[in-house]
Amino acid sequence: MNWTEQYIAFMTILRKEIRRYTRIWTQTLLPSAITMSLYFVIFGTLVGSRIGEMGGFTYMQFVVPGLIMMAIVTNSYSNVVSSFFGSKFNNSIEELLVSPTPNYIILWGYIIGGVTRGLAVAVIVTCVALFFTHLSIHSFPVVIGIVTMTSVLFALAGFINAVFANSFDDISIVPTFVLTPLIYLGGVFYSLDLLPEFWRNVSQLNPLVYVVNAFRYGVLGVSDVSIEFAFGMIAFFTIIAYAYCMYLLNSGTRLRQ
Amino acid sequence: MSMVPALEIENLSKTYPNEFQALKGISMSVQQGDFFALLGPNGAGKSTTIGIICSLVAKTGGAVRVHGVDIDIDFALAKKYIGIVPQEFNFNVFEKTRDILLTQAGYYGIPRHLAEERADAYLKKLGLWEKRDVPSRMLSGGMKRRLMIARALIHEPKLLILDEPTAGVDIEMRRSMWDFLKEINGKGTTIILTTHYLEEAEALCRNIAIINHGEIVENSSMKNLIRRLHKEVFILDCAQDLPDEVSVEDFTVRRTDAHTLEVEVEKGQHLNKVFEALSDQGITVQSMRNRANRLEEMFVNLVEGTAA
Repeated sequence: MNWTEQYIAFMTILRKEIRRYTRIWTQTLLPSAITMSLYFVIFGTLVGSRIGEMGGFTYMQFVVPGLIMMAIVTNSYSNVVSSFFGSKFNNSIEELLVSPTPNYIILWGYIIGGVTRGLAVAVIVTCVALFFTHLSIHSFPVVIGIVTMTSVLFALAGFINAVFANSFDDISIVPTFVLTPLIYLGGVFYSLDLLPEFWRNVSQLNPLVYVVNAFRYGVLGVSDVSIEFAFGMIAFFTIIAYAYCMYLLNSGTRLRQ
Repeated sequence: MSMVPALEIENLSKTYPNEFQALKGISMSVQQGDFFALLGPNGAGKSTTIGIICSLVAKTGGAVRVHGVDIDIDFALAKKYIGIVPQEFNFNVFEKTRDILLTQAGYYGIPRHLAEERADAYLKKLGLWEKRDVPSRMLSGGMKRRLMIARALIHEPKLLILDEPTAGVDIEMRRSMWDFLKEINGKGTTIILTTHYLEEAEALCRNIAIINHGEIVENSSMKNLIRRLHKEVFILDCAQDLPDEVSVEDFTVRRTDAHTLEVEVEKGQHLNKVFEALSDQGITVQSMRNRANRLEEMFVNLVEGTAA
């Protein structure tokens, strides 16, 4: 395929992905808005008013970046894992596999599809947050960079999950038993400074700590970890995940007999 | 200069991870413009062969060339030449009929305006126009089959492979699909057909390969194959009540009911002799038909021969 044909193929996958999640927007876009509104009301307004300041900001301002990032992570991941596994499940993935579309275009089509959903939900959640608190951006480059990289990373992770999943149960195991605990323990609701030293060190092993803190730095200008190190870690994991996804596609693992 | 074959398969083999040897080094060739039947019982290796040609199955050994393009060298180009209609429905049932065609066109890098033109043309041609904005799960079985044919043709392939395209389709619809396939074959598209309806292969195909236990057991023209049939059974509907015993010299004749006879005619024998003998006995034949599909008999003989 020449470049134009590859571009058309990429846009076709992307258009299909966007059409999918907007068609079922009550399952894909709306739940995050409702869940986050509840978080804002309960943790931000009701509980947060009793907690006082954290890191020099009101508790509501402190948790908002983490909650936005939580929405981005879960939506980027879920979009790719459900869409790609769904295609495997109903065999419509064969439409792509028999076509001349290169594997990297297939991958990027799904990944950017997941990223657009992550960003769409981020915009919705941010708009909801503005009803509860004032938000200003400390560093646009950091915000844009971290949102994009994080979204790509978790979309790639979703892709890996989808390749290995055999049933719809398998695509909910990782989000439920791995992703959600890591997010909750990733400093969304608290500063790592509040933890005893041992648990603070253990938390450094959680990749979500870097994601949440880097984004919080972009919005509020404060972070529990080094921003450069956070970017480095996310870039490292993204490259590893991308290489592994390409290996899975090129080898046809779980896709071709 | 002779044309390169539409499909060349050389010593193709496939062993699955569970050690099952689905293909044992088959070789065959399909010429451009041919209407080719690939027959075989369930599990013979037909779908594995097709899966390898269209990249859904990884081969263990051998070579496949599509219009001279080796799939090991430039599979992307080879895929552009191939349109595939699989045995099972494999589209997203939540997508609308027209969107399925447009999406497939996009996967082949076809610009949107051209894809829309072609999609609309095929939807009309295959009687799906009224259902273009309907989710594909709402289509009938026959419509779903036609949708898969339209999808396979959207990039205008040179080689169309149909894996049991008329399975579960009613007779009227099957005939109209035959007419459509004959039409596109007449326009130059090479067609490879696998089917369980041997009558279908006989009606449509010029050449045939029969595969069994991962080996090609027959590969010749349909005419040659049928010429080799040794015996045919004809059913004669007679005007009068038949006596209990009816016999014709040199022929095996069975009385199946008061008005019906079955006559076995071997290669070299002539039906005239049967009619003369029956006429001498005062029996008038009103109509005549084959008892079974001749190809089916040949198929059973070949497959049983290799099963031993």
